[in-house]
Amino acid sequence: MAEGVKPRVKAPKSASAGEAVTIKTLISHQMESGQRKNKDGSVIPRSIINRFTCEFNGKPVIEVAMEAAISTNPYFEFEAVIPEAGDMVFTWYDDDGSVYTETKSIAVG
Amino acid sequence: MKNIAKTAVAALLLSVPASAFADADDDKLVINGETEIVTKTTAPAHLDGALSEVISGWHFRDDGTQAMEMDDFDNPGMIFVDQAVESWAKVDGAAEKSCASCHDGPESMAGVRAVYPKWNEAAGEVRTLEMQINDCRTSNMEAEEWKYTGGDMTNMAALISLQSRGLPMNVAIDGGAQSVWEQGKDLYYTRTGQLDLSCANCHEDNYGNMIRADHLSQGQTNGFPVYRLKNAKLNSVHARFKGCVRDTRAETYSPGSPEFVALELYVASRGNGLSVEAPSVRN
Repeated sequence: MAEGVKPRVKAPKSASAGEAVTIKTLISHQMESGQRKNKDGSVIPRSIINRFTCEFNGKPVIEVAMEAAISTNPYFEFEAVIPEAGDMVFTWYDDDGSVYTETKSIAVG
Repeated sequence: MKNIAKTAVAALLLSVPASAFADADDDKLVINGETEIVTKTTAPAHLDGALSEVISGWHFRDDGTQAMEMDDFDNPGMIFVDQAVESWAKVDGAAEKSCASCHDGPESMAGVRAVYPKWNEAAGEVRTLEMQINDCRTSNMEAEEWKYTGGDMTNMAALISLQSRGLPMNVAIDGGAQSVWEQGKDLYYTRTGQLDLSCANCHEDNYGNMIRADHLSQGQTNGFPVYRLKNAKLNSVHARFKGCVRDTRAETYSPGSPEFVALELYVASRGNGLSVEAPSVRN
Protein backbone atom coordinates (compact mmCIF):
# COMPACT_ATOMS: atom_id res chain seq x y z
CA MET A 1 0.00 0.00 0.00
CA ALA A 2 2.63 2.51 1.01
CA GLU A 3 4.59 3.65 -2.01
CA GLY A 4 8.18 4.76 -2.39
CA VAL A 5 9.34 3.09 0.80
CA LYS A 6 13.09 2.67 0.89
CA PRO A 7 15.20 1.92 3.96
CA ARG A 8 18.71 3.36 4.23
CA VAL A 9 21.43 2.75 6.78
CA LYS A 10 24.83 4.30 7.27
CA ALA A 11 27.13 2.22 9.45
CA PRO A 12 30.92 1.84 9.48
CA LYS A 13 32.34 -1.24 7.73
CA SER A 14 34.70 -1.92 10.61
CA ALA A 15 35.24 -0.95 14.23
CA SER A 16 37.62 -1.87 17.05
CA ALA A 17 36.24 -4.27 19.68
CA GLY A 18 34.27 -2.38 22.31
CA GLU A 19 34.10 0.78 20.24
CA ALA A 20 30.90 2.85 20.22
CA VAL A 21 30.02 3.58 16.60
CA THR A 22 27.41 5.96 15.22
CA ILE A 23 24.61 4.41 13.22
CA LYS A 24 22.30 6.50 11.05
CA THR A 25 19.05 5.15 9.65
CA LEU A 26 16.31 6.61 7.51
CA ILE A 27 13.29 5.11 5.86
CA SER A 28 11.45 7.09 3.21
CA HIS A 29 7.78 6.79 4.10
CA GLN A 30 4.76 9.07 3.85
CA MET A 31 3.78 8.58 7.53
CA GLU A 32 0.12 9.41 6.96
CA SER A 33 -1.17 10.28 10.42
CA GLY A 34 -4.81 9.24 10.08
CA GLN A 35 -5.82 12.71 11.31
CA ARG A 36 -6.14 14.31 7.89
CA LYS A 37 -9.15 14.42 5.62
CA ASN A 38 -9.29 14.39 1.85
CA LYS A 39 -11.30 16.74 -0.36
CA ASP A 40 -14.51 14.75 0.18
CA GLY A 41 -14.17 15.12 3.92
CA SER A 42 -13.45 11.48 4.61
CA VAL A 43 -10.49 10.48 6.75
CA ILE A 44 -7.31 9.39 5.00
CA PRO A 45 -6.49 6.10 6.70
CA ARG A 46 -3.45 5.98 8.94
CA SER A 47 -0.39 4.48 7.29
CA ILE A 48 2.82 4.74 9.27
CA ILE A 49 5.88 2.78 10.28
CA ASN A 50 4.88 1.77 13.80
CA ARG A 51 7.98 -0.06 15.02
CA PHE A 52 11.70 0.02 14.37
CA THR A 53 14.24 -2.42 15.76
CA CYS A 54 17.96 -2.99 15.49
CA GLU A 55 19.71 -6.21 16.49
CA PHE A 56 23.36 -7.14 16.50
CA ASN A 57 24.11 -10.88 16.17
CA GLY A 58 20.60 -11.58 17.46
CA LYS A 59 20.91 -9.32 20.52
CA PRO A 60 18.66 -6.26 20.72
CA VAL A 61 20.36 -2.86 20.32
CA ILE A 62 17.37 -0.56 20.13
CA GLU A 63 13.62 -0.84 19.75
CA VAL A 64 11.34 2.08 19.01
CA ALA A 65 7.54 2.19 19.12
CA MET A 66 6.37 4.92 16.78
CA GLU A 67 3.12 6.87 16.86
CA ALA A 68 1.13 8.91 14.39
CA ALA A 69 2.74 12.28 15.16
CA ILE A 70 6.12 11.26 13.74
CA SER A 71 7.08 13.15 10.60
CA THR A 72 7.55 11.81 7.12
CA ASN A 73 10.79 9.89 6.38
CA PRO A 74 11.66 8.93 9.98
CA TYR A 75 15.36 9.26 10.80
CA PHE A 76 17.12 7.64 13.74
CA GLU A 77 20.70 8.14 14.78
CA PHE A 78 22.20 6.26 17.72
CA GLU A 79 25.43 4.83 19.05
CA ALA A 80 26.07 1.12 19.46
CA VAL A 81 28.99 -0.66 21.13
CA ILE A 82 30.48 -3.30 18.85
CA PRO A 83 31.81 -6.19 20.98
CA GLU A 84 32.65 -8.53 18.09
CA ALA A 85 32.37 -8.83 14.33
CA GLY A 86 28.89 -9.53 13.08
CA ASP A 87 25.74 -8.45 11.34
CA MET A 88 23.54 -5.58 12.34
CA VAL A 89 19.96 -6.12 11.26
CA PHE A 90 17.53 -3.23 10.99
CA THR A 91 13.79 -3.85 10.73
CA TRP A 92 10.91 -1.48 10.09
CA TYR A 93 7.27 -2.58 10.55
CA ASP A 94 4.58 -0.92 8.43
CA ASP A 95 0.91 -0.53 9.41
CA ASP A 96 -0.03 -2.45 6.27
CA GLY A 97 1.90 -5.50 7.49
CA SER A 98 4.96 -4.95 5.31
CA VAL A 99 8.33 -5.52 6.95
CA TYR A 100 11.44 -3.88 5.58
CA THR A 101 14.89 -5.08 6.58
CA GLU A 102 18.42 -4.00 5.94
CA THR A 103 21.61 -5.73 7.09
CA LYS A 104 25.07 -4.25 7.60
CA SER A 105 28.13 -6.38 8.35
CA ILE A 106 30.65 -4.81 10.69
CA ALA A 107 34.16 -6.25 10.91
CA VAL A 108 36.36 -5.94 13.98
CA GLY A 109 40.00 -5.14 13.52
CA MET B 1 16.99 55.97 37.19
CA LYS B 2 17.44 52.29 37.92
CA ASN B 3 14.74 51.45 35.42
CA ILE B 4 16.45 53.46 32.72
CA ALA B 5 19.69 51.56 33.35
CA LYS B 6 17.84 48.24 33.06
CA THR B 7 16.30 49.27 29.77
CA ALA B 8 19.69 50.23 28.42
CA VAL B 9 21.11 46.81 29.33
CA ALA B 10 18.16 45.05 27.74
CA ALA B 11 18.61 47.02 24.54
CA LEU B 12 22.27 46.09 24.50
CA LEU B 13 21.49 42.40 24.97
CA LEU B 14 18.93 42.50 22.18
CA SER B 15 21.43 43.98 19.79
CA VAL B 16 23.96 41.18 20.30
CA PRO B 17 22.25 38.36 18.37
CA ALA B 18 21.65 40.66 15.42
CA SER B 19 25.30 41.59 15.09
CA ALA B 20 26.35 37.95 15.51
CA PHE B 21 24.29 37.18 12.41
CA ALA B 22 25.76 39.91 10.23
CA ASP B 23 27.54 38.90 7.06
CA ALA B 24 28.35 35.47 5.74
CA ASP B 25 30.30 33.13 8.00
CA ASP B 26 33.71 31.65 7.18
CA ASP B 27 32.87 27.93 7.36
CA LYS B 28 34.12 25.61 4.67
CA LEU B 29 31.84 23.29 2.72
CA VAL B 30 33.15 19.81 1.95
CA ILE B 31 30.52 17.23 1.02
CA ASN B 32 30.96 13.61 2.14
CA GLY B 33 34.46 14.53 3.25
CA GLU B 34 35.64 14.58 -0.37
CA THR B 35 33.89 17.07 -2.67
CA GLU B 36 35.21 20.57 -1.99
CA ILE B 37 32.69 23.25 -2.88
CA VAL B 38 33.67 26.77 -3.86
CA THR B 39 31.22 28.86 -1.84
CA LYS B 40 32.98 32.22 -2.07
CA THR B 41 34.83 33.58 -5.04
CA THR B 42 35.63 36.74 -6.95
CA ALA B 43 32.58 38.11 -8.72
CA PRO B 44 32.40 37.69 -12.50
CA ALA B 45 33.48 40.71 -14.57
CA HIS B 46 29.94 41.79 -15.47
CA LEU B 47 29.22 42.49 -11.79
CA ASP B 48 31.90 45.17 -11.68
CA GLY B 49 30.68 47.94 -9.42
CA ALA B 50 27.83 45.84 -8.00
CA LEU B 51 29.49 43.01 -6.06
CA SER B 52 33.15 42.20 -5.45
CA GLU B 53 32.60 38.70 -4.08
CA VAL B 54 29.91 36.15 -4.80
CA ILE B 55 28.81 34.00 -1.88
CA SER B 56 26.73 30.82 -1.78
CA GLY B 57 23.55 30.90 0.29
CA TRP B 58 25.08 28.10 2.38
CA HIS B 59 27.09 30.69 4.33
CA PHE B 60 23.95 32.47 5.48
CA ARG B 61 22.39 29.44 7.16
CA ASP B 62 23.02 28.26 10.72
CA ASP B 63 25.46 25.48 11.57
CA GLY B 64 22.77 22.81 11.89
CA THR B 65 21.36 23.47 8.43
CA GLN B 66 24.86 23.73 6.99
CA ALA B 67 25.78 20.32 8.44
CA MET B 68 22.82 18.64 6.73
CA GLU B 69 24.39 19.44 3.38
CA MET B 70 27.83 18.14 4.30
CA ASP B 71 26.81 14.48 4.19
CA ASP B 72 24.55 12.92 1.60
CA PHE B 73 22.98 10.67 4.20
CA ASP B 74 21.92 13.68 6.25
CA ASN B 75 20.74 15.63 3.20
CA PRO B 76 16.98 15.01 2.85
CA GLY B 77 17.19 16.21 -0.76
CA MET B 78 18.89 12.93 -1.65
CA ILE B 79 15.64 11.04 -1.01
CA PHE B 80 14.15 12.94 -3.95
CA VAL B 81 17.23 12.35 -6.06
CA ASP B 82 16.71 8.62 -5.45
CA GLN B 83 13.16 8.95 -6.75
CA ALA B 84 14.55 10.54 -9.91
CA VAL B 85 16.99 7.65 -10.34
CA GLU B 86 13.92 5.42 -10.62
CA SER B 87 12.17 7.67 -13.13
CA TRP B 88 15.42 7.96 -15.14
CA ALA B 89 15.06 4.29 -16.01
CA LYS B 90 11.26 4.27 -16.33
CA VAL B 91 9.91 3.87 -19.86
CA ASP B 92 7.24 6.46 -20.65
CA GLY B 93 5.45 7.67 -23.79
CA ALA B 94 4.60 6.32 -27.23
CA ALA B 95 8.25 5.90 -28.27
CA GLU B 96 8.70 3.47 -25.36
CA LYS B 97 11.88 5.09 -24.20
CA SER B 98 13.29 6.13 -20.87
CA CYS B 99 16.06 8.67 -20.22
CA ALA B 100 18.42 5.69 -19.98
CA SER B 101 17.56 4.51 -23.53
CA CYS B 102 19.55 7.39 -25.04
CA HIS B 103 21.70 8.75 -22.24
CA ASP B 104 22.85 5.56 -20.44
CA GLY B 105 23.40 6.40 -16.76
CA PRO B 106 22.77 9.77 -15.11
CA GLU B 107 26.60 10.17 -14.95
CA SER B 108 26.44 11.09 -18.65
CA MET B 109 24.90 14.40 -17.52
CA ALA B 110 28.14 15.54 -15.83
CA GLY B 111 28.83 19.19 -16.60
CA VAL B 112 25.33 19.94 -17.91
CA ARG B 113 23.97 21.84 -14.92
CA ALA B 114 26.99 24.15 -14.78
CA VAL B 115 26.21 25.72 -18.19
CA TYR B 116 22.40 25.99 -17.92
CA PRO B 117 20.36 28.04 -18.79
CA LYS B 118 21.91 27.79 -22.23
CA TRP B 119 21.31 29.23 -25.69
CA ASN B 120 19.88 26.62 -28.05
CA GLU B 121 20.84 27.56 -31.60
CA ALA B 122 18.40 25.18 -33.33
CA ALA B 123 15.41 26.34 -31.31
CA GLY B 124 16.55 29.98 -31.25
CA GLU B 125 15.88 30.35 -27.53
CA VAL B 126 17.52 30.17 -24.13
CA ARG B 127 16.61 26.90 -22.47
CA THR B 128 16.56 25.98 -18.82
CA LEU B 129 17.23 22.44 -17.64
CA GLU B 130 13.49 22.00 -17.16
CA MET B 131 12.72 23.11 -20.73
CA GLN B 132 15.33 20.71 -22.06
CA ILE B 133 13.88 17.83 -20.03
CA ASN B 134 10.40 18.56 -21.36
CA ASP B 135 11.71 18.85 -24.91
CA CYS B 136 13.29 15.44 -24.52
CA ARG B 137 10.05 14.04 -23.13
CA THR B 138 7.86 15.37 -25.95
CA SER B 139 10.20 15.08 -28.96
CA ASN B 140 12.15 11.94 -28.16
CA MET B 141 10.00 9.98 -25.73
CA GLU B 142 6.67 11.18 -27.14
CA ALA B 143 5.49 11.42 -23.56
CA GLU B 144 3.46 14.06 -21.74
CA GLU B 145 5.23 17.18 -20.55
CA TRP B 146 5.97 17.42 -16.87
CA LYS B 147 4.62 20.39 -14.91
CA TYR B 148 7.42 22.98 -14.81
CA THR B 149 7.75 23.04 -11.03
CA GLY B 150 6.24 19.59 -10.36
CA GLY B 151 7.89 16.97 -8.19
CA ASP B 152 8.95 14.69 -11.06
CA MET B 153 10.55 17.61 -12.87
CA THR B 154 12.37 19.12 -9.92
CA ASN B 155 13.63 15.74 -8.73
CA MET B 156 14.98 14.99 -12.22
CA ALA B 157 16.64 18.40 -12.39
CA ALA B 158 18.28 17.59 -9.05
CA LEU B 159 19.57 14.24 -10.29
CA ILE B 160 21.07 15.90 -13.37
CA SER B 161 22.50 18.75 -11.29
CA LEU B 162 24.08 16.33 -8.83
CA GLN B 163 26.27 14.97 -11.62
CA SER B 164 27.92 18.42 -11.88
CA ARG B 165 28.34 18.96 -8.13
CA GLY B 166 31.64 20.69 -7.42
CA LEU B 167 32.06 22.04 -10.97
CA PRO B 168 32.10 25.82 -11.34
CA MET B 169 28.98 27.53 -12.66
CA ASN B 170 29.78 28.86 -16.11
CA VAL B 171 26.73 30.04 -18.04
CA ALA B 172 27.40 31.84 -21.33
CA ILE B 173 25.93 35.33 -21.63
CA ASP B 174 27.20 36.25 -25.08
CA GLY B 175 26.04 35.27 -28.57
CA GLY B 176 22.36 34.46 -28.87
CA ALA B 177 21.91 34.55 -25.11
CA GLN B 178 22.93 38.18 -24.79
CA SER B 179 19.59 39.87 -25.42
CA VAL B 180 17.85 37.46 -23.04
CA TRP B 181 20.54 38.15 -20.46
CA GLU B 182 19.94 41.91 -20.83
CA GLN B 183 16.21 41.32 -20.31
CA GLY B 184 16.99 39.31 -17.18
CA LYS B 185 19.23 42.07 -15.89
CA ASP B 186 16.44 44.62 -16.40
CA LEU B 187 14.03 42.42 -14.45
CA TYR B 188 16.58 42.00 -11.65
CA TYR B 189 16.77 45.75 -11.12
CA THR B 190 13.05 46.47 -11.68
CA ARG B 191 11.05 47.20 -8.54
CA THR B 192 7.78 45.28 -8.29
CA GLY B 193 4.76 45.01 -6.05
CA GLN B 194 3.22 47.11 -3.31
CA LEU B 195 6.48 46.87 -1.38
CA ASP B 196 8.28 48.28 -4.40
CA LEU B 197 11.28 45.96 -4.16
CA SER B 198 13.63 44.72 -6.86
CA CYS B 199 15.75 41.58 -6.52
CA ALA B 200 18.75 43.88 -6.01
CA ASN B 201 17.21 45.74 -3.05
CA CYS B 202 17.46 42.61 -0.91
CA HIS B 203 20.06 40.40 -2.55
CA GLU B 204 22.61 42.97 -3.68
CA ASP B 205 22.17 45.93 -1.32
CA ASN B 206 21.28 44.05 1.85
CA TYR B 207 22.65 40.52 1.80
CA GLY B 208 23.97 39.59 5.22
CA ASN B 209 21.32 41.73 6.94
CA MET B 210 18.23 40.33 8.61
CA ILE B 211 14.84 40.58 6.91
CA ARG B 212 12.61 40.04 9.93
CA ALA B 213 13.78 36.64 11.26
CA ASP B 214 15.63 35.56 8.14
CA HIS B 215 19.19 36.13 7.06
CA LEU B 216 19.33 37.56 3.54
CA SER B 217 21.63 35.80 1.08
CA GLN B 218 22.80 36.95 -2.32
CA GLY B 219 20.06 34.85 -3.90
CA GLN B 220 22.49 32.65 -5.81
CA THR B 221 21.08 29.73 -7.80
CA ASN B 222 24.10 27.39 -7.71
CA GLY B 223 22.42 25.24 -5.03
CA PHE B 224 19.15 24.65 -6.91
CA PRO B 225 17.08 22.53 -6.81
CA VAL B 226 17.15 23.17 -3.08
CA TYR B 227 15.65 21.15 -0.25
CA ARG B 228 13.82 23.59 1.99
CA LEU B 229 13.10 22.73 5.60
CA LYS B 230 9.92 24.82 5.41
CA ASN B 231 8.20 22.58 2.86
CA ALA B 232 10.24 19.36 3.07
CA LYS B 233 10.76 18.94 -0.65
CA LEU B 234 13.00 20.05 -3.47
CA ASN B 235 12.25 23.51 -4.86
CA SER B 236 13.09 24.74 -8.33
CA VAL B 237 14.52 28.14 -9.26
CA HIS B 238 11.26 29.37 -10.78
CA ALA B 239 9.22 28.27 -7.77
CA ARG B 240 11.57 30.33 -5.62
CA PHE B 241 11.37 33.33 -7.96
CA LYS B 242 7.61 33.12 -7.76
CA GLY B 243 7.72 33.09 -3.96
CA CYS B 244 10.12 36.01 -3.89
CA VAL B 245 8.11 38.17 -6.30
CA ARG B 246 4.91 37.27 -4.45
CA ASP B 247 6.53 38.49 -1.24
CA THR B 248 6.95 41.93 -2.81
CA ARG B 249 3.14 41.77 -3.10
CA ALA B 250 3.21 41.71 -6.88
CA GLU B 251 1.45 39.55 -9.43
CA THR B 252 4.15 37.07 -10.38
CA TYR B 253 5.27 35.76 -13.74
CA SER B 254 4.51 32.08 -14.28
CA PRO B 255 7.15 29.42 -13.75
CA GLY B 256 8.55 28.59 -17.18
CA SER B 257 7.62 32.00 -18.60
CA PRO B 258 10.12 33.84 -20.85
CA GLU B 259 10.55 36.48 -18.11
CA PHE B 260 11.60 33.93 -15.49
CA VAL B 261 13.85 32.15 -18.01
CA ALA B 262 15.62 35.46 -18.66
CA LEU B 263 15.86 36.17 -14.94
CA GLU B 264 17.22 32.67 -14.28
CA LEU B 265 19.94 33.17 -16.90
CA TYR B 266 20.92 36.52 -15.40
CA VAL B 267 20.91 35.30 -11.78
CA ALA B 268 22.86 32.17 -12.77
CA SER B 269 25.47 34.38 -14.45
CA ARG B 270 25.87 36.33 -11.20
CA GLY B 271 27.02 33.05 -9.63
CA ASN B 272 29.56 32.14 -12.32
CA GLY B 273 32.55 30.71 -10.48
CA LEU B 274 30.62 29.22 -7.55
CA SER B 275 30.42 25.42 -7.50
CA VAL B 276 27.22 23.64 -8.43
CA GLU B 277 25.92 22.61 -5.01
CA ALA B 278 22.63 20.89 -5.78
CA PRO B 279 20.75 19.50 -4.01
CA SER B 280 21.48 22.06 -1.29
CA VAL B 281 19.70 22.44 2.04
CA ARG B 282 18.21 25.75 3.11
CA ASN B 283 15.55 27.09 5.49
